[in-house]
Amino acid sequence: MNQALEDLGDYIAGHLSEELDGHAVAYDELMVTGRPDSLLKLMRFLRDDSQCLFKSLVDVCGVDYPEREQRFEVVYNLLSVSHNQRIRVKVPVGENDSVPSVTPLFPTAEWFERETWDLYGVYFSDHPDLRRILTDYGFEGHPLRKDFPLTGHVEVRYDDEQQRVVYEPVHLTQEYRTFDFLSPWEGMTRQLPGDEKAEEGES
Amino acid sequence: MAAETQIKNLTVNFGPQHPAAHGVLRMVMEMDGEVVERLDPHIGLLHRGTEKLIEYKTYLQAIPYFDRLDYVSPMSLEHAFVLGAEKLLGIQPPPRGQYVRTLFAEITRLTNHLFNVPALALDIGAMTPLLWACEQREIVMEFYERVCGARLHAAYFRVGGVHQDLPAGLTDDILEWAEKMPSFIDDIETLLNENRIFKQRTVDIGTVSADDALAWGFTGPMLRASGVPWDLRKAQPYDAYADMDFDIPIGKHGDVYSRYLVRVAEMRESLRIVKQSIEKMPDGPVMTEDGKVGPPSRGEMKRSMEALIHHFKLYTEGFHVPAGETYTAVEAPKGEFAVYLVSDGTNRPYRCKIRAPGFAHLQAMNFMCKGHMLADSVSVLGSIDPVFGEIDR
Repeated sequence: MNQALEDLGDYIAGHLSEELDGHAVAYDELMVTGRPDSLLKLMRFLRDDSQCLFKSLVDVCGVDYPEREQRFEVVYNLLSVSHNQRIRVKVPVGENDSVPSVTPLFPTAEWFERETWDLYGVYFSDHPDLRRILTDYGFEGHPLRKDFPLTGHVEVRYDDEQQRVVYEPVHLTQEYRTFDFLSPWEGMTRQLPGDEKAEEGES
Repeated sequence: MAAETQIKNLTVNFGPQHPAAHGVLRMVMEMDGEVVERLDPHIGLLHRGTEKLIEYKTYLQAIPYFDRLDYVSPMSLEHAFVLGAEKLLGIQPPPRGQYVRTLFAEITRLTNHLFNVPALALDIGAMTPLLWACEQREIVMEFYERVCGARLHAAYFRVGGVHQDLPAGLTDDILEWAEKMPSFIDDIETLLNENRIFKQRTVDIGTVSADDALAWGFTGPMLRASGVPWDLRKAQPYDAYADMDFDIPIGKHGDVYSRYLVRVAEMRESLRIVKQSIEKMPDGPVMTEDGKVGPPSRGEMKRSMEALIHHFKLYTEGFHVPAGETYTAVEAPKGEFAVYLVSDGTNRPYRCKIRAPGFAHLQAMNFMCKGHMLADSVSVLGSIDPVFGEIDR
């Protein structure tokens, strides 16, 4: 299984060396890194090439890494039913950049891209209908960004006088507390300090 | 008045509260008389920010959120998360743990189909199947309760195995029920299979070809009804599925009726797996012996200092998962349910994207309903098997 994935990764890299920024196999999963400007070419190759045939785009999502220069990563997970393979395409993208929409190739991408836009604020160019999808009508901000507070900014309640639901800034009687249980000692890590010496002794 | 009157398209608002919506779904339908021209589902009315919340919880605390996603088949969803975390940790549950998980994943598939099949019938006007099936579902809920103490929100599958071993006598009761179950499925089939009204409302409605099904990201019974023999339990087996002998039922036409037939046939296959997993179930522990992941036993905690420390650390700090990322999918009753888990080496997931099958299926509503009558959109919706807990997350 692993060797087949390595071969497939080399095959894709061989055909699209210009468009790829690397490929790797980890945990029996193949992953390639692409670029926004050549994403459509890469996806079309993955869909139509007889060695790939990744006809089904099962998932698109974003990941936020605030410390990176290109803050977001858009992750596409594809499935090839005919070859029983999966591949993951990652595209790093900055906060003010856009990614071309893959809806012309995979109609299912429409909602997944809307979701990524909604939750992370990654803009998809040429998307047929880039509206918010999961959050409330008129919601502001992108809630899954790491700098968006867990408690959010507004809360709703029913106002008896106005006879309607009103939005108000979040009011917490008690501040949200995060308990940082990460201990200063490596109690729960696999390898304890000093373990490497034991291994050296054995070999 | 002019001889020809221009009739404008009518926009109908369906939901957000509608008995046939299976939850909170709002659909804006553009109608040309009785025919649907365009259909725009508005989802997110049950959005609770599960993915955000999980980023602030340890791996153990994240498990109960999965029960609350698809509340009709809770254990299947825990399964995906637990397998993903195990992959990153590089551990395997002991064989008995794997068999118990397989057993309960299949029981969960049965409860899900026991609810969806008659719910589709109810949408179309047949009330009896739902009442009958709820009686059966109640028996299954009792199995749930006996094994984990909760009827719905199980939190039974844990990273490294399952929480507790099966109580004494449970397997005998499950086997006894599994013997009676086929005759119940026969009853449902006699009510619906050749029922004229049911067939008029489902045959050739919402037909999807195999190519379209793949392009729209269909998985599970929706894909199999279109004639694609694809099942993750066979193609990419996890836990004990590789040892099980079962068939994958597929449909021919890809319409609502085929999806119904596929689900009914799947229930029979699930019963086969239930019986096999009980018969083949080995003895031994159900939770990994790795003290850094699995908690120590109560008895051990009373005597061993080490065990007490491990217990305390596991339930406060939790275990650390090595940095890495994985996309782990299981064949949930509704389709491919997957978790894209990114770990940064701490005790909390850095990112936990939940891939819900219903999300992709519901998106194709417009595609499937275009040109159909208004009443058909209800049977198409019922055949998708939407549960808004997982679609809205």
